[in-house]
Amino acid sequence: MVTFLVRRLLGLVAVMFALTVLVFLIFFETPGVDPAVLMAGRHPDPQTIKNIKHEFGLDRSLPVQYGLMMKHLFVTRDLISYGTRTKVIPEIISATPVTLSLVIGAAVIWVVFSIVLGLAAAVLRGTIWDPLLMVLALIGISMPVFWLGEIVNLFTQSRWHGFFLFSWVPPLGYTPLTQDPLKWFEGLVFPWLTLSVLYVGFYARVLRANLIETGSEDYVRTARAKGISERRVLVRHNLRTSMITFVSLFGLDFGILVAGGALLTEVVFALPGVGLLTYNSLTSLDLPVIMATVIYGAFFISLASALVDLLYAWLDPRVRPA
Amino acid sequence: MAVFEPEAEGIVLDVEETGGDIVGRSPWALAGRRFLRNKLALAALGLFILIVAVSLSAPLYAKHVAKTDPFKSNVTGTVTIDGKTIDVIQEGTGKLGLGETPIGPTWKSQYFIGADGQGRDVAARVLYGGRASLFIGFGSALLACLLALVLALVAGYFAGATDLVISRLMDLIWAFPLYLLAISLATVLLARPTDKPLKIGPVTLTAGSLWIPLVIIGLVYVPYVFRPIRGQVLSLREKEFVEAAVAQGAGSFRLVFREILPNVISTVVVLLPLMIATTILTESALSYLSIGVQAPKASWGTIIEDGQGLLYTRPWVAIAPGIMIVLTVLALNVLGDGLRDALDPRSKVRMK
Repeated sequence: MVTFLVRRLLGLVAVMFALTVLVFLIFFETPGVDPAVLMAGRHPDPQTIKNIKHEFGLDRSLPVQYGLMMKHLFVTRDLISYGTRTKVIPEIISATPVTLSLVIGAAVIWVVFSIVLGLAAAVLRGTIWDPLLMVLALIGISMPVFWLGEIVNLFTQSRWHGFFLFSWVPPLGYTPLTQDPLKWFEGLVFPWLTLSVLYVGFYARVLRANLIETGSEDYVRTARAKGISERRVLVRHNLRTSMITFVSLFGLDFGILVAGGALLTEVVFALPGVGLLTYNSLTSLDLPVIMATVIYGAFFISLASALVDLLYAWLDPRVRPA
Repeated sequence: MAVFEPEAEGIVLDVEETGGDIVGRSPWALAGRRFLRNKLALAALGLFILIVAVSLSAPLYAKHVAKTDPFKSNVTGTVTIDGKTIDVIQEGTGKLGLGETPIGPTWKSQYFIGADGQGRDVAARVLYGGRASLFIGFGSALLACLLALVLALVAGYFAGATDLVISRLMDLIWAFPLYLLAISLATVLLARPTDKPLKIGPVTLTAGSLWIPLVIIGLVYVPYVFRPIRGQVLSLREKEFVEAAVAQGAGSFRLVFREILPNVISTVVVLLPLMIATTILTESALSYLSIGVQAPKASWGTIIEDGQGLLYTRPWVAIAPGIMIVLTVLALNVLGDGLRDALDPRSKVRMK
């Protein structure tokens, strides 16, 4: 286990290094692109460009440029957005709770619902549940989330807002949990539901397929033969093994969402998370902010995938290499 | 209990019906017959062709039905509906009577689903947007599939160090969050004055070119196609028929193109519609984020963005392009499933 841990951590460091090099090459070394002009924002003055050239060592060798970029991002953390004249890293850190609120809430909804639906579909095979799940999964993968969010807004904020079922929905935006938990919850209900719709059908179908597959394994038959009740067999023996695929899928999707995948949902519902920060800097092409969110996002994802691997090895000793 | 779908039995019956005269059919002909029996997939194919045809006819629609130029703002224009002349951009209909509201759906030939904030005919714009979205979706999926195919053949056939280098590179792109990678590339390629086009080798790209989002999306999806094909190539090169070809003295060229390639093409054919569905969704997201298709060009994503400000007064501007995206992506997903069932019936293990 220790060698596995060490090897996985070394792999993580290698991936993070490679990712930062890739980002560096994209932003600083694309042919025909002057990074100093990009960084300086829409209407730069020559002095700013000169300062940036000096600060990022753009007239020096590649390794020095890379080192300076990493220093500004991780050591001194003094990357400045030339559009808004603010420090970038603290801004990202203060936006993180919003993104986490959105993603964790949506994740709870989609995990609970997809387990219930997947179990129901596996037990009631060949009934209306199968086509229902199929349709739900197809809708989930076919709808642009930002469009679904706009439709939800149209009804909950405008058309049906007078109707008692939706009159409690607060205007778009975010209230911190620490400030008013009820407002926090009310404001996030529809973003959560919208985001989770994308995943519920797909996860339920994956779980259903796994449940049916493990349902014919010998140890499940043995459990039945011992006279254990059908419900207990399903939950304690069958579901537990079937969750392995589910858990690893979940780990990756969760990581992707926190690292920037929730961007579109945040934009539609005006939630000031990391995604909205990225979006605002995209519309003004504010390079330092984009660069920082991309690198932090990439870091988070590689960390998440390493954690999933460790969890996996802990759950299932067979994947640990000898 | 797992049961195979009895497709194979149907073929045996056909042979018996012809009176024992066994007609040889290529795997592609067999797949074609299986596909034609799948009503749902055929309907999806029909829907997709319809959407493509309707989008391609955008100039005809704009000229003869809508009778406007959907790329020219028409703020001061008027339109005659049922003998009455109405301003395209009307005085505010909001609670305070402030601001301006474009004309809503007329359900007539002109301004069928209304106008956008600049008085342009939304129905005509949605059709034109379809051309851009489908072009980028199709082009980037094709680019991703071709690049991935070449890389997978090289990596899988030569194996060893070549495979290691290519696979590690693919793993790296895979590890990169997709939207973040697309955003980085788009920022660098789009953030430039319009009078200074980007020159990469012999190719010149202006910031408004549809090729920029096409290439970005195509590159980003290469590893997603590369992975399954490389695995297949690796297992194919150990097969007996490849060994037989080697024994006959076949060179690398023949081994790759005559023996291995025909066996992985069916995977690419199955993946292509699914990839187009994915790339169309990605294109709409990037355009919605203002880093995909650039004005004055329009795609379904940019029209949804245009409609966001009018959402509560004129919702059709945002709803219509979204419906087109959903229909197209649904059709492509169902079509992809149908192709997989037809080309690889063994994957169609059904539980009974």
